[in-house]
Amino acid sequence: MAQKKSQRPSSDDPEELARTPLQAVLLADSFAQKFRPITLERPKVLLPLVNSPMIEYALSWLESVGVEEAFVFCCAHSQQVKSYLNNSQWKNQPGPFSVTTIESHDAISAGDALRVIYNHGVIRGDFILISGDTVSNMSLAQALHEHKERRKKDPLAVMTMVIKHSKSSTLTHQTRLGNDEIYMAIDPETKELLYYEDKVDNSQRLISLDKMLHVDHPAFNLHNDKQDCYIDICSPEVLSLFTDNFDYQHLRRHFVKGLLVDDIMGYKIYTHEVQSSYAARVDNFRSYDTISKDILQRWTYPFVPDVQYFGNCLQIRLDRRGNYRAPEVVQSRTSLIDSLTLIGDATTIGDHTVISNSVIGQGCTIGDNVIIKGSYIWDNVTIEDGCKLSHALVCDGVHLRAGVVLEPGVILSFKVEVGQQIVVPAYSKVSLLPQPSKQDSDEELEYADASTGVVESPSGYIWSCEGGIEDEWRYSIAPIPVEKISEFFENAYADVDVLDQDLSIPASGELLHDSESTGLGEGEDYKDSADFEKEVEATFQRALAGVDQDIVILEINSLRLSYNMSHADCAGALFYSIMKAALLVPCSSKNELYTSSMKEIVKWKNLLKHYLKTVDEEIEVILKFEEICLETAREFSPLFGNILSCLYDKEVLSEDAILSWAQEKEGADESDKILLKQSEQFIKVCITKFGQLFFPINASLKTKFGQLFLFRWGFFFQMKYVRPFFYLLE
Amino acid sequence: MPDVQALVNDFVLKLKRRKIEGSQASARQTAELLRTVVSQQRMPYTNQAATLIDAVRTVGEHLIAANPVELAVGNIVRRVLHIIREEDLTSTATAMEGLSLIANSDDDDNFESHDHPALSAAALAAAARSTLRAPSLQTLLEGTPESALAPNPSSSGGDSEGKSKSADRSSRTKKLKHDVIEAINELIQDIDTCHEQISEQAVGLIHQNEVILTLGRSRTVKEFLFAANEKKRSFRVFVAEGAPRYQGHVLAKELVAKGLQTTVITDSAVFAMICRVNMVIVGAHAIMANGGVIAPVGINMVALAAQRHAVPFVVVAGSHKLCPLYPHNPEVLLNDLKSPSDLLDFGEFSDCMDFSTSGGSPLLHVVNPAFDYIPPKLVSLFITDTGGHSPSYMYRLIADYYSADDFVVKRRPTS
Repeated sequence: MAQKKSQRPSSDDPEELARTPLQAVLLADSFAQKFRPITLERPKVLLPLVNSPMIEYALSWLESVGVEEAFVFCCAHSQQVKSYLNNSQWKNQPGPFSVTTIESHDAISAGDALRVIYNHGVIRGDFILISGDTVSNMSLAQALHEHKERRKKDPLAVMTMVIKHSKSSTLTHQTRLGNDEIYMAIDPETKELLYYEDKVDNSQRLISLDKMLHVDHPAFNLHNDKQDCYIDICSPEVLSLFTDNFDYQHLRRHFVKGLLVDDIMGYKIYTHEVQSSYAARVDNFRSYDTISKDILQRWTYPFVPDVQYFGNCLQIRLDRRGNYRAPEVVQSRTSLIDSLTLIGDATTIGDHTVISNSVIGQGCTIGDNVIIKGSYIWDNVTIEDGCKLSHALVCDGVHLRAGVVLEPGVILSFKVEVGQQIVVPAYSKVSLLPQPSKQDSDEELEYADASTGVVESPSGYIWSCEGGIEDEWRYSIAPIPVEKISEFFENAYADVDVLDQDLSIPASGELLHDSESTGLGEGEDYKDSADFEKEVEATFQRALAGVDQDIVILEINSLRLSYNMSHADCAGALFYSIMKAALLVPCSSKNELYTSSMKEIVKWKNLLKHYLKTVDEEIEVILKFEEICLETAREFSPLFGNILSCLYDKEVLSEDAILSWAQEKEGADESDKILLKQSEQFIKVCITKFGQLFFPINASLKTKFGQLFLFRWGFFFQMKYVRPFFYLLE
Repeated sequence: MPDVQALVNDFVLKLKRRKIEGSQASARQTAELLRTVVSQQRMPYTNQAATLIDAVRTVGEHLIAANPVELAVGNIVRRVLHIIREEDLTSTATAMEGLSLIANSDDDDNFESHDHPALSAAALAAAARSTLRAPSLQTLLEGTPESALAPNPSSSGGDSEGKSKSADRSSRTKKLKHDVIEAINELIQDIDTCHEQISEQAVGLIHQNEVILTLGRSRTVKEFLFAANEKKRSFRVFVAEGAPRYQGHVLAKELVAKGLQTTVITDSAVFAMICRVNMVIVGAHAIMANGGVIAPVGINMVALAAQRHAVPFVVVAGSHKLCPLYPHNPEVLLNDLKSPSDLLDFGEFSDCMDFSTSGGSPLLHVVNPAFDYIPPKLVSLFITDTGGHSPSYMYRLIADYYSADDFVVKRRPTS
């Protein structure tokens, strides 16, 4: 290790850098399972994307940016990848571009892969690191140049990340590529990456930035409108960093964040933003769908089907309406092929068949009266008469018998047969291979049983969705259901509101993503005040558990904003939770209850006072207390007067509020006056104390004069004038 | 010939990946490649021309398939095929002259000598016709391709005077190949010098104080204007910028650098400005057999504007851009749709490309065609390296340069 590091400085010499050929590492394994069950039988990089294996896009792009040596790291199904590459155009092609495979069977993450590559010792200079499912047509010359210039000045700039502008709404991120929003902090001057956060958890809508960022950098921009292209230009140090930190697994989650957090070594990551060119990564089924359509719309030019960039010597022609067609297609006159469709070689299409927004592979046979909408059909698929496919993915060799209906989001893996007139329900995945069970074996049996119910012939297991239905719609090919979109919009706007008014976002994010509220699908419901009280109570519970008071205040504040409540509501809700907490303490007699509630009140006085800014809020607290006594916790009703006076003593409530409350209650009917009567004495004390000072008469509450007096008094005399008198009195 | 094959593959890849920019470069490199193919081809004793034609055809087929948009490649392949046929004919013709002399001197077999002169006369006539470059109706009706016709007399001659011909033939073997390579060299030179040849005619066309309008950037047009400028003609140039690639900006810069009075206008302002223009000069991507032109997008609009205001519309193009196909031929791929990112920034419009919200079909489509087709009636004059021609004369030029048999290079699957 030390030796290698000592050798490094020599390679930093600019001439040396210029001389070494540009190398690239292509990870032909995503180390994820998003494409299961298909990837059980074929590696992800060999899955056809618009009828060409994904790896072709990545390799062609590498070739076009001037890479001379590409190392393909394969792990899962490495034999298939190797044999594919051996038979492809890349093996024996003229020119400086060479492809070498590196194989490992025990790598389970990108980190492992890079460690293996490091051990091979093949990387000599700067290299491009991409995964095998990248589709791009950008030119790297500028980024490479910047990277090299930076390296000359600062050898610690180890990586340049390529990012791309995208619309800054979660909706776009979600609906286009099915990935989460990314937050990045970038120095506007140097383009240094300061903060990176993907996978912003829905339940935790809080991003915290290190204060030190401000110290080191005079300015930085926090972006949520950037898309990570997953194309990195790395220095050789990156590999050794992976080797040194054997716990780095994920490129972004561990490596990038690790470097950003760790300031001991001082390694820096920079960004390069591409302007007009295209770059994206096929990460899940949704991005598969989106990128396929982008390719058909020619955003990836020249990597489009009719420019034969890849080895295929088929001449696919593009007609006027944007349909791509291979030369040997047999198509019935009565069939209709709508826009943005690709029909592969030697495919037969029957009468009255309608195909739109789909990609059909080679050698398929499609019968009469078939409707195919937004689907991806790979090679040698047989679809018999009258089938209906919408937004489905159908792998090689699948046989659909007459009248089969595939609902949106269905995935049929290799060689599945579906019997006549069967409706395959939405989002189901069918494979010939059983699902490797993470749970106990009973469940697997259950699925096997279930599969016989739906799929007629012996073939096929229906896979259960691991992440639940929530994830299914997120990553599926099917369009997002309307209600989900509206939900998304609401959430997006709710977020905006919160961000505008208060930077802090409650940690208890379940308020927006509560499964109950989403189930109802109506935006008004969760704005209910009952919900709000529950939330406040939950927050308060955490306060009991030892969270700092300041944080509780912050959280309640933000809850107030998100539910659009007033301070008075907060005070009421908080008081309610305090009293509930008092009630939780086991007590046998009235006195014990009194003392325990006293204790609680004393304890949380400050918190409560935070919300008792004006008389209105104090009145609200009294009303709330009244409500508690009458409805929720009758245990308190005998103690009402005592506690009220106690609240008064502890300066939680002012006599002002108590008097207005009493006055308000005057007009109410008798049943409501129980508590008023209880506290009458106390109120009288108040008034007498007060009255003695100002008017030597016992002012009656019941006189009109008294009412007028109270009103005026409340109006003119502020607390600060009145309080000193009370001190005097006491 | 592994090295030739490697060269061909390399070139095919380059074409496929659109790494060769411009018609001239493609034409030149195609011609050079075919020259190597011809020179490396091993020649049999009989049917040499057919062998060469076969070899060139196989290579040509690949080249054309590699980039069907670049018509110049196909044109050069056809030109080379035509050269082989022509050279074969002339050599046959010279051989036939010798043969007929011998046949006349030999009075032994009258039976055959009666036949020979007739045959040689036909061949000579054919040769003469081809050198005169006018395919008459007769040759078309005869229907026999020259390649099939050409070996015939030599083989029949070989039957009668096999021994006396063998020495002659071996010399002819080398001669044919040599001649073909010579002719291809000439072709390459023609391609290289086409700009100069075209520019020579500039002074005759551009007059003092005229206003010239052009769209986009064409090297031929640039050289043409430069040549006129060098001859001390003072004139002004309007350059339409040529969206979306805005090559007009580049051209304007180059013209100003040479001291030409230049005005840049938007493409949409062409109609407003055309009344002040004396002549429109544009470049072309290809000239079709009917005199129609495939040219960068936007030129059709300029041509229509020019016709409306009776402004002469001149197309300058090297003869390698002359395509023997008609625009309605199925082999012709008229257009190339480029990436929409020339027009729109992808990031800014990424939310319009939502497929999942709009039921799977995108609402936004962007079409970015590279070329326009301009019908022949809108073109006033073509300036090629052989001079000025009207659109209706194009078929004659094509008959000069190409053989009718080569129009379709791709061989049909033999039934």
